[in-house]
Amino acid sequence: MKIGIPSEVHGNERRVAITPDIVEQLIELGFEIVVESGAGEKASFSDISYASAGAKISEDTRSVWEDADIILKVRAPERHPGLGLHEAELFGKGQTLICFIWPAQNEGLIKMLSETGGSVLAMDCIPRISRAQKMDALSSMANIAGYRAIIEAAGQFGRFFTGQITAAGKVPPAKVLVIGAGVAGLAAIGSAKSLGAIVRAFDTRPEVKEQVESMNAEFLLLEFEEDGSGSGGYAKTMSPEFIRAEMELFAEQAKEVDIIVTTALIPGKPAPKLITVDMVKSMKAGSIIVDLAAEQGGNCELTSPDEIVVKEEVTIIGYTDLPSRLPAQASQLYGTNLKHLLSEMCANNDGRISLDMEDDAIRGATVVHAGEVTWPAPPIATAAPTPKKAVEVSSEPTPVAKEGGGFVGMLGFGFVGVGLLLLARVAPPDFMSHLTVFVLACFVGYQVVWNVTPALHTPLMSVTNAISGIIVIGAILQIPSGNSLVALLASIAVLIATINIAGGFYVTQRMLRMFQKGKS
Amino acid sequence: MSSGIVTGSYIIAAVMFIFSLGGLSHPKTARRGNFYGIVGMVIAIAVTISLMAQQQQLLGESANLKLLAPVMLVGALIGLTVAYRVQMTEMPELVAVLHSFVGMAAVLIGFATYLGGSDEYVGVAKVIHEVEIYIGVLIGAVTFSGSVIAFGKLKGMISGKPLLLPARHWINLGLGIAGVYLGVEFVSTTDGMYSLLIMTVIALVFGVHMVMAIGGADMPVVVSMLNSYSGWAAAATGFMLSNDLLIVTGALVGSSGAILSYIMCRAMNRNFISVIAGGFGTGSSSVGSATYEGEVNEILSNETADILREAGRVIIVPGYGMAVAQAQNTVSEISNILNDAKKDVRFAIHPVAGRMPGHMNVLLAEARVSYDVVFEMDEINGEFTDTDVVLVIGANDIVNPSALSEPESPIAGMPVLEVWNASTVVVLKRGMASGYAGVDNPLFFNENTRMLFGDAKQSLDSILNELSR
Repeated sequence: MKIGIPSEVHGNERRVAITPDIVEQLIELGFEIVVESGAGEKASFSDISYASAGAKISEDTRSVWEDADIILKVRAPERHPGLGLHEAELFGKGQTLICFIWPAQNEGLIKMLSETGGSVLAMDCIPRISRAQKMDALSSMANIAGYRAIIEAAGQFGRFFTGQITAAGKVPPAKVLVIGAGVAGLAAIGSAKSLGAIVRAFDTRPEVKEQVESMNAEFLLLEFEEDGSGSGGYAKTMSPEFIRAEMELFAEQAKEVDIIVTTALIPGKPAPKLITVDMVKSMKAGSIIVDLAAEQGGNCELTSPDEIVVKEEVTIIGYTDLPSRLPAQASQLYGTNLKHLLSEMCANNDGRISLDMEDDAIRGATVVHAGEVTWPAPPIATAAPTPKKAVEVSSEPTPVAKEGGGFVGMLGFGFVGVGLLLLARVAPPDFMSHLTVFVLACFVGYQVVWNVTPALHTPLMSVTNAISGIIVIGAILQIPSGNSLVALLASIAVLIATINIAGGFYVTQRMLRMFQKGKS
Repeated sequence: MSSGIVTGSYIIAAVMFIFSLGGLSHPKTARRGNFYGIVGMVIAIAVTISLMAQQQQLLGESANLKLLAPVMLVGALIGLTVAYRVQMTEMPELVAVLHSFVGMAAVLIGFATYLGGSDEYVGVAKVIHEVEIYIGVLIGAVTFSGSVIAFGKLKGMISGKPLLLPARHWINLGLGIAGVYLGVEFVSTTDGMYSLLIMTVIALVFGVHMVMAIGGADMPVVVSMLNSYSGWAAAATGFMLSNDLLIVTGALVGSSGAILSYIMCRAMNRNFISVIAGGFGTGSSSVGSATYEGEVNEILSNETADILREAGRVIIVPGYGMAVAQAQNTVSEISNILNDAKKDVRFAIHPVAGRMPGHMNVLLAEARVSYDVVFEMDEINGEFTDTDVVLVIGANDIVNPSALSEPESPIAGMPVLEVWNASTVVVLKRGMASGYAGVDNPLFFNENTRMLFGDAKQSLDSILNELSR
């Protein structure tokens, strides 16, 4: 099947659906690729690099669209400024379009696409199940957005992120608050952390605490019992009491931190307003707010989408195209997501795809199936990822073998003592002296062997093999017996015990010679 | 030669043996320790032989002592040859064979002592002496047959699956009662030879039955336990011959094996009695544990190499699968390459990895991995959190998180290497089969786990090729 990659037409969009790397991988799957000339230019992928990866380059936008079986895009179809018509008009029956669609916000577009008779897969509708993670473009874009949010903030911020002590004086580290520790939030935490800032994070879902702390950031806890985990790993709306407590926390933090990154989004709802005008006023002059929810109205009341504004001496960054500001990286990750989706649909690596509506991932992504609107997909019944829970628990193992209870131990000791006294009454003194030696030797052995390093347990066994060959002296003492059967038995015993001694010591020596420090 | 000199030499030998075990507390002192052991042994044997020679001179020439030199020479030659040829992966087998020899020798000496007569003992002393003989032969026979079966299981000649006879506990009980009855019979009659022989057969059967019932994963416990038995057999022989050196050495070896068994049991959170009672690793044991569904993330060797190239801190967890695939040298080379690239590479060893205590350490040492980068579970378990990549090579149960998270799991409570705390875990494995414990491993379905299927040696070789390019 032929895949067409048209240039993106949206205003400042710099991304491209696939990179030359991905072209190679798709060709291996049996596809044929046509790239519109200049499609990758803004992401630093030249026509030549696509061509040398095996793609055909076409100057003609119309033919890229119309001749392809599969169209891969980043942005949803929109009016093409060069051709003067809507991209959906270039799309038709028998074709498959894969890109971001945002069906909830674009019902008109869905209708338009369904009328063409083609099939449409929305990358933003890939369900959040662990199997589909490799195709989850929202996560890969959020990751980039989180990173870029910190870079944008650093570009605007008038100070270092990291604390330093220089000859010219001491520099305090920047304090960063990240609200919402989803993929974007975690990426922001990681980036800010690696620039040297002090990072705090807040999230309504308590289970992310561990992830935040694993990145050496501080997790801000509310003294409040409410779990904000909604379905599919997203957050849900919280109770008014919770929100009040949360707002108090933010107000307090706003006075202290230099940079706030907000990533709070609830699926299908306008972004919650978390940073009020008063909070912005309370922030230090020169502080930065990066609002990753700007497209959904913003988490900050003063955010102006797509712009950087300075209000109340605070710079508020409301860019909605952060992934596009890292075009090469974003295209690479998005292209990889697309490749995984295509290889999922192309079961036989023969360059043909089929839409398996039984497959949860594909079903979820398919918003139009051969002209029929199939959005929204039914909820996935068996999506609960069971293995996850194993990771969270790591309590101390409960020992099955209990230490001997004090009383029972004393009782046992008492019995042994009484037994020994009874034995001593009848046994000859000779035996008792041997017993003394035996008991003492057991204790010496106990002490010595506990000191043996576990690394040398195998040599320990072989050397004990060797020294238990000391039984040979028992056999030697028997050999001079007049009884020839006794002498025979004793000789055999001498033979095998000697094997033990020689073999045991030698193999121990061989092993110990191998234990070396440093490279040979 | 006065008895004082003999006793003095025996004391020196015993002290030497204690030093030889004490030396093993650190790899640096271990070789010197082994040397002490050899010195002790030479002193003990030399003194014993010269004592015998002296006695014979007093009693008149006996041809038997002349036999001694060739017999010992042959024995030493056989021992050296075997020890020279043995592969490090076969150490458990060698150790098992050597255990069986000690057991065998104890049986033979027991019989020889009984045949040699015990005229000098009367009354209670005679009873005690005969009990000593009886017990020495009993322990020796159990050690012998048990070790032979253990050898067979390790060698793969006998199935590693536990053989569970229907009424096995009753059989053991019956054998035990018969043993006690025969013991009483043996002591109370003048000619106890028959009782001794029958008991020997019973003890042999018991040894076979005991080890047959123990599953492959419990082999480290079995090997340590037989190590302990071989020591007790030597100590019992010491009692029967009134020889303190044998008693001391036997007690040292016996307690050493007992401690190893204890360590192994603790490492599996298993009760010693239940290990000996057998039956671990049967099909029924997966009952009660959750089965995991989900998709595993497969990975190829070149991708693994990429992951390793980008990692800063790497921990390698070897398991028995590495020994089976003979992959330790490749592992070592990979770790060298990573080291040269200024990466922090360490090894994490679970106490029961492999088929005997410390088995993995020896294999890594053979592959010239420096011992200061090889860590025990307790030392390294906290470090996985800061680790970028963990390579799990042919291990399963020892990295199973359900041991900690699922109280119903058959391996619940067993301390495991917490590899899942690392950023990425790459598991090298043949397929999705469960480990010896028959428990599914949820680790394989984790989001940060990548499965590299195939023969460990081949996979590692291609990782090595990829890395050295």
